[in-house]
Amino acid sequence: MKPILEIKDLHVHFYTYAGVVKAIAGVSFTVYEGETFALVGETGCGKSVTSRAITRLIESPGRIVKGSVIYHTKDGRKIDLLKLPEAELRAIRGKEIAYIFQDPTAALDPLYTSGYQVAEAMVVHRTVRSWKDGIKRAIEILRSVLIPDPEKRVKAYPHELSGGMKQRVVIGTSLSNRPRVLIADEPTTALDVTIQAQILKLIESLKRRHNATVMLITHNMGVVAEIADRVAVMYAGKIVEIGNVFQIFKNPQHPYTKGLLKAVPNPLIKVEKLESIPGTVPNLINPPPGCRFHPRCPFVMDVCRVEEPPMVEVEPGHQVACWLYTKR
Amino acid sequence: MTQQPIIKVQNLKKYFPVKGIFFTKGYVKAVDDVSFEIMRGETFGLVGESGCGKTTVARTILRLIKATSGRVFFEGKDVFKLKGDELLWFRRKAQIMFQDPYSSLNPRMTVFEIIMEPVRFHKIEVGDPEDFVVGLLETVGMNRDHLYRFPHEFSGGQRQRIALARILAMKPEFIVLDEPTSALDVSVHAQILNMLRDLQRERGFTYLFISHDLAVVKYMSHRIAVMYLGKIVEIAPSDKLFEEPLHPYTQALLAALPIPDPEYTRKKPKIEIRGEPPSPINPPPGCRFHPRCPHAMKICKEKEPPLTQVEPGRFVACWLYTGRKG
Repeated sequence: MKPILEIKDLHVHFYTYAGVVKAIAGVSFTVYEGETFALVGETGCGKSVTSRAITRLIESPGRIVKGSVIYHTKDGRKIDLLKLPEAELRAIRGKEIAYIFQDPTAALDPLYTSGYQVAEAMVVHRTVRSWKDGIKRAIEILRSVLIPDPEKRVKAYPHELSGGMKQRVVIGTSLSNRPRVLIADEPTTALDVTIQAQILKLIESLKRRHNATVMLITHNMGVVAEIADRVAVMYAGKIVEIGNVFQIFKNPQHPYTKGLLKAVPNPLIKVEKLESIPGTVPNLINPPPGCRFHPRCPFVMDVCRVEEPPMVEVEPGHQVACWLYTKR
Repeated sequence: MTQQPIIKVQNLKKYFPVKGIFFTKGYVKAVDDVSFEIMRGETFGLVGESGCGKTTVARTILRLIKATSGRVFFEGKDVFKLKGDELLWFRRKAQIMFQDPYSSLNPRMTVFEIIMEPVRFHKIEVGDPEDFVVGLLETVGMNRDHLYRFPHEFSGGQRQRIALARILAMKPEFIVLDEPTSALDVSVHAQILNMLRDLQRERGFTYLFISHDLAVVKYMSHRIAVMYLGKIVEIAPSDKLFEEPLHPYTQALLAALPIPDPEYTRKKPKIEIRGEPPSPINPPPGCRFHPRCPHAMKICKEKEPPLTQVEPGRFVACWLYTGRKG
């Protein structure tokens, strides 16, 4: 497996009036070419911030304070996206690394037609010769994301489209330049289940056709089980466990991962009682010392309160940051 | 759970006019001829995708919005005809928990005031108000320290607990739970769901549980009704619905459900449902699901299938099954 993105020791802070929010505190992981990598966690755990930090899409009051994001280009070069001049980064963002965001209504500009917005990405990155070519290509792209009657829809404004259709246009925009990495941040959260299934299927088939790498950010364990190859579980700005999808679902190690999986009802199994994780997600201005999960952990030990657990490998490709698995 | 209905809904309709410049252009048939009963002590689940009318059903039952036609009975009394003291009694006994705990609590009131406001309005005798409120807070897993704090100081899960404490203050019999955990995080939602189940067991509450999340509805409900575009297409005991869904829409909905089990999802056959729900302003004639249905027949485009009982306790509105009965 060839790595395509290596995130190393990433730290992102938000400087607010209430104090410094340490949203990402030392996140490291590698995404390999051609895989679907899922980053899961609850609201505020830093999964979206991590995905945005990859191409420096962090706005004030946020700041990337430390770390590196190594991108392996097609011709084998390694570039640190966090150190790249803005102009060069722009040539990569939207072309080689593209995003799909959660809310299609917010992602599309209400003043422009769907065709214009799909074409714009290609015109800006000069992958088409003219606007005319761009619009022509846009029709093809809208057809490939399964929008019925694309010749007509290319002239439609966002308000004339349903949520599912808008998300297809957004996907079309992201895919217009055939990106090598597609970062999908909760791409189906705003959609109904039947539409969600259609969109997930679409992302999978487009990924296969273009041989792209997908990084999926979601809180939905069901969606992860459906399409991910490897999974990283985040909690309070840190990754607590990484493994392939079977390791995470069949053999979860971290108490948080276990809790998360038990809190999601599986409709195929008769569940007598859902287990819940006591307490709530901590405030990241003053995160708990030691392991950030310790105040909610049923297996808490003395060491957890004072010292941060390192990432250790429990089986090939399966790592966990928990003192239960670390001999000191 | 007894077999006595506490809520009876008969031919409920709610049409919202779509206003043109001079006259009404048409109607959104948000709820179109819906009938069902909820038994005392049970949880009746209502599922469907956004815009199918499930929240409108709940709000019309509670008389929060006026029904276009139809009748609702609560403990044998016609809800739409209640007046004076009887209406106040209904308002106390039938409660609702809303989806968004950020807009259902007044940001300018303390927790104490929030919970006491309806108590004072209904002139309920509670003894020492502070002890009364603390008692309720303890029931929902909070304590005396929270008494004089404001909603913004709490997380979503805690706010939902406060909303529940306010409901409990009314000593209700029937509670509508309208997506009570949709705004909450996974690790917190199980806490709220379990608390609701425990309270039901202790106090015999009847719930109408509304959600778009089938997995959660299954966990909570004894019986489930599936809605599509203003109509109930299927009613079944919750285990049966998942074991053997009858209506093609229910089947599609279950097939689309992401299952948190990677081994299963990689093996399961994918039934894909085409298209999107049509506009409820001009719903398709006949069965409203027919443009998306893989089994659509000629009759489906012409005549609307009635909700018929196909087995004891199982109702389905689909022409594939109406022959089965007889």
